[in-house]
Amino acid sequence: MTGVAELLRGKDVCICAGSGGVGKTTTSAAIAAGMAARGHRVAVLTIDPAKRLADSLGLPELGNVERRVDPSLFEAEGIETEGGELWAMMLDAKATFDDLIAKHAPDAETRDRILDNRIYRQISNALAGSQEYMAMEKLFELHQESRYDLLVLDTPPSRNALDFLDAPRRLTQFIEGRSLQVFMRPTGLGMKLFGRGTSMMFSVLRRLTGVDLLEDISEFFQAFSGMVGGFQERAKRVNELLADRRTSFVVVCGPQGEPIEEAVYFHRQLVEASLPFGGVIVNKVHFDSEFAVQEGEDPAAELAEAVGDRDLAERAVATLDDYRALAARDRRNIERLTAEMRARRVIQVPYLDEDVHDLAGLMEINRYLFATEPEREALAASR
Amino acid sequence: MADPFEKRLLFVTGKGGVGKSTLSLAIGMAAAERGKRVIVCEVASQEHASRVFRRAEVGFHEVEMRDGLWTISIDPDHSLREYLTIQAPVRAMGEMLSRSRVFTYLTAATPGLKELVTIGKIWELAQLDRKVRRGRKYDLVIVDAPATGHGIGLLQTPRTFATIARVGPIRSQAEALDAYITDHGLTGAVIVALPEEMPVNESELLETELTEELGVAVDRVYMNGIYPERFSDGDADRLEAVAGSVDGGARAAVRAALSEHRRARAHRHQIERLRSLVAADVATLPFIFEPELGVEGIELLAAEVAR
Repeated sequence: MTGVAELLRGKDVCICAGSGGVGKTTTSAAIAAGMAARGHRVAVLTIDPAKRLADSLGLPELGNVERRVDPSLFEAEGIETEGGELWAMMLDAKATFDDLIAKHAPDAETRDRILDNRIYRQISNALAGSQEYMAMEKLFELHQESRYDLLVLDTPPSRNALDFLDAPRRLTQFIEGRSLQVFMRPTGLGMKLFGRGTSMMFSVLRRLTGVDLLEDISEFFQAFSGMVGGFQERAKRVNELLADRRTSFVVVCGPQGEPIEEAVYFHRQLVEASLPFGGVIVNKVHFDSEFAVQEGEDPAAELAEAVGDRDLAERAVATLDDYRALAARDRRNIERLTAEMRARRVIQVPYLDEDVHDLAGLMEINRYLFATEPEREALAASR
Repeated sequence: MADPFEKRLLFVTGKGGVGKSTLSLAIGMAAAERGKRVIVCEVASQEHASRVFRRAEVGFHEVEMRDGLWTISIDPDHSLREYLTIQAPVRAMGEMLSRSRVFTYLTAATPGLKELVTIGKIWELAQLDRKVRRGRKYDLVIVDAPATGHGIGLLQTPRTFATIARVGPIRSQAEALDAYITDHGLTGAVIVALPEEMPVNESELLETELTEELGVAVDRVYMNGIYPERFSDGDADRLEAVAGSVDGGARAAVRAALSEHRRARAHRHQIERLRSLVAADVATLPFIFEPELGVEGIELLAAEVAR
């Protein structure tokens, strides 16, 4: 087994993480399709796939339930999946949050009080971290059901890896609402905690926020108070799943300086948090081997002779020079990344000239994702 | 079509990874060239501007990077502290309030408060009558907004608070913020896209959300990273015909040329799609073949942006 198959051996959860715009969704789909083609039952949970890709895989809009990708699509590509299945689901964070409330609410009345609360309606959509948390919540739920050999999670894009890793903690901390409870009852504990000047502070705050805003928030937290235990327990188990040795975090990035920096940063955070790091996938790489020029060669002269047009040959060589500059940059950045990883767990995928929008495109990516490093170099050189 | 350079407040929005930070600086440079006093606000502590200019991190300070171009990194904690200092009836009290640990808890726990105080600070920067003592007056405030989802959240916050808080200063201030960002004479947004399917689709959605749901004017869509067209279809055919008969560097040159030709064609297609999908004026920006975009690369873009 090589490449991604090697990284994911014995794993039942693969979390693809990284900043926005690096091709994370496509990579997640490609990994899932590749593992399905190798005989596994795989489900990919995704946030917002390209419409053409989703359409070509026969996936409807949001639904929050997983759908099976028609096996005939694999057959059409000449792939024998040997019992493998590909399922996909588009995550609906709000619906997941609502389900979670329904599950934890002690009774129908509490449930409705929360679902109808204006603050809840606001946060279930907009609270920073809620989308991240709900992605993990859904992952956990599917993992509990153990209907799949492998779950691949395409995480919401975030500029900061901590946002994602921190989501369960932040959300439970928020739901506990301890800090705000202090504001609701500005006596006793609150006074002790914050000391002199506290009551004056609260009076200023009340004046600033308007009393009814504080009341809305207060009502929200009261409705939630009975559920805090359930949420905390759940978040604890989600965290256990993330840290499990059968989980693998795969960082997806691009070859430019900034995405590489972010990947390095993300890797460090995973290691610090003792989370299982699998490897890095670098998309859109210009391989050196694709654009190599040997010492002493004069490509412009050679090409001018072949094509019988000096000007055209020179324009082609000018383009080559531009591409070589990009390839040199990519190599430098990837060397830096590889040094940081202290292992050859860096998988490079070339810059393809066309958008990936169907299973055939995913399989093209998989030729690289599932290859050994020398195979990848050879593939790129022969493009 | 409205000119984004004539606004006082300009949000640079778009999907992650499309070059919002770079373009924010490019627009800032172009406006400063025209003699405006400009500040570029970062809101996710990226410190992108300070890195481009090879300067120390700026943090919550207005720092001049070059003639007429300032930058600041806005974070919710500092914004809230400053807000309280300004709001408190007695300054000393505000300062005491803002030093209290209570506010770390408050920002952590109140939904949307981080966004509200952030946009409050952005608004404050755009005022001619600055609330901050001895505050500098800017002609243009540019916001390097967070990626699509969170960016919309940021712009939506004032309206949300104006609805949730029925009375009191928060309500009236949130209303004032909302009125400012939906005033098409004062505030605008530009959307940055890349010539790929997803960013183009997302630009269409983003424009609809900004204009129809939030009431924010979208002044321009910038299609970033467009490859040059160095080869005609005929050129490509002739190169393709000899691809098999050359090797080494010549073959690599053919491959690079054909790749660029294919990408340029794909880019043209996406530019057409974008033009058909969005109502705002679409401007294209060239791909800069440089390993990393430094000040010179951004100057090139600034010249294009100003056209």
